Amino acid sequence: MRSDRSQSAPRGLKIAAAAGLAFLHLPILLIFVYAFTTEEKSYQWPPPGLTTQWFAATWARPDVWQALGLSVQVAAISTAIALVLGTLCAAAVSQTRFFGREAISLLVILPIALPGIITGIALRSAFSLAEIPFSFWTIVLGHATFCVVVVYNNAVARFRRTSGSLIEASMDLGADGFQTFRHVILPNIGTALLAGGMLAFALSFDEVIVTTFTAGQQQTLPIWMLEELVRPRQRPVTNVVAMIVVLATLLPILAAYYLTREGDQIAGAGK
Amino acid sequence: MTPAVAFQKTSRHFGAVRAVDAVDLEIKPGEFFAMLGPSGSGKTTCLRLIAGFEQPTSGSISIFGERAEGVPPYRRNVNTVFQDYALFPHLNVLDNVAYGLMVRGMGKDERHRAAEDALKLVQLPGYGSRKPGQLSGGQRQRVALARALVNKPKVLLLDEPLGALDLKLRESMQEELKQLQKALGITFVFVTHDQGEALSMADRVAVFNDGRIMQVGAPEDIYQRPASRFVADFVGSSNVLPPDFVQRYAGQRRWGSLRPEQIRVGRDKSGDGVAARVLSRHYLGAATKLALDADGLRLHATVPAGASLPDDGEHVMLSFNRDQLHLMEEQA
Repeated sequence: MRSDRSQSAPRGLKIAAAAGLAFLHLPILLIFVYAFTTEEKSYQWPPPGLTTQWFAATWARPDVWQALGLSVQVAAISTAIALVLGTLCAAAVSQTRFFGREAISLLVILPIALPGIITGIALRSAFSLAEIPFSFWTIVLGHATFCVVVVYNNAVARFRRTSGSLIEASMDLGADGFQTFRHVILPNIGTALLAGGMLAFALSFDEVIVTTFTAGQQQTLPIWMLEELVRPRQRPVTNVVAMIVVLATLLPILAAYYLTREGDQIAGAGK
Repeated sequence: MTPAVAFQKTSRHFGAVRAVDAVDLEIKPGEFFAMLGPSGSGKTTCLRLIAGFEQPTSGSISIFGERAEGVPPYRRNVNTVFQDYALFPHLNVLDNVAYGLMVRGMGKDERHRAAEDALKLVQLPGYGSRKPGQLSGGQRQRVALARALVNKPKVLLLDEPLGALDLKLRESMQEELKQLQKALGITFVFVTHDQGEALSMADRVAVFNDGRIMQVGAPEDIYQRPASRFVADFVGSSNVLPPDFVQRYAGQRRWGSLRPEQIRVGRDKSGDGVAARVLSRHYLGAATKLALDADGLRLHATVPAGASLPDDGEHVMLSFNRDQLHLMEEQA
């Protein structure tokens, strides 16, 4: 057996890793290239010419702004709902013991395990049964179902690592429930909530399936993109929007990754 | 004098489990009081009842004359040193110690000065800027102590505070805790399953079993005059003697106890005494402990270092002073 295994990977493995990365990321780079193409009716390779005119064209399109505004609002409100419900649920499941605790834990996670189409159909029939008109709020409700799961998963993992006696110690030292939440619980689960919230926001932001079942006339950004692809004019506008979305989401995702990684060390230091 | 802590017929039941069952107890102000018992005996639940983390199912608790039932932990002038220390991992040592003062609204400079003084008290001056994760077990223990003491509690509760420390550190902390308690004059209530720790540190000891107090008394009382077989056996493995045996030597049909060091082991088989056979020997340093079989009765005796030792399997004669045979209150 070779003793210097950790020094360098075999060449074959290196090539495989490079191929895997290329497979994952080349299509995304392709989208970036098409944002600069001069051809507007079809995706032609190689691009006949390069231009930045589509950035101005995108800026001037009111439908882009409308779809973007709706997506941001839906994602923000769904995430806010998820943060409250997910944290409360995680606190109940991890801090207390009650009959049916495991069942509830499973039921909370179920929406993300179910195919989106099932969630969509179920919500659509429920809304029509209750005679709720499809609106902004039905989209928010639909998105909240899976956003809650993401926040719950992050929060419950952190709660489990946070010693229960911290809360008792805080109470013992004279802090009431609110002070304990503010000074002990929140700082200990804060980074987990931030990470969960960012992930929830990102999930909501690019959701298509559940949205098609729960939206009325409104177009969120992903739905707008989908419809834009079948239209013959100004195709690169879609690519410009896609590129900006990729760049705008990359930063929060990187931040979430570093925050939770750091959180491991903080939460583990108690004992 | 008003007791520091008083239990009156206090019970705490969890479903069918009687964790604490009709306990009567008075802890005097300024006393170093130990609650001793095996795990599950109710001693920790008693401590949590004083702290306010548990509420009694029935009976009453008063702390310095004030009824404590229904009073939440944050309104009691009582602080706890937790078994796992429960230091806040996101705060540095100084803010950990100052936490109790912070939630009471004391200004930053003032509370940091008080916290620094408390750290000096536990011999950790200058450690304020470290995070709990950077401290050793013994240092965390001291921070937990400082964090409780800075609030000037009337009663300090300690839940197996030395359990996680190694032997050497445990011994020096015992000494230090004892001196700290004397200097501050605060009532300390200390939970432990280690009888040596309870006897060496406490002014009085309550021995718990099955949610009840079996005996309360000074360490010498508990050690030399156990009231029941359980206490005799749990506190320092005394020899428990059955009523028939006791009747032969003391004339009364009662359970008796005899400490291992009060038994003399003789090799002269002609004399008057109890014939026994040596089963095994355990070297303890200052003494050697013998396991003996006296006609079916298992006994322990200690032989001081330097005295001649019988071999395994050898027949010996045991003798003791009749007045050292303690008759227990527990009925035969």
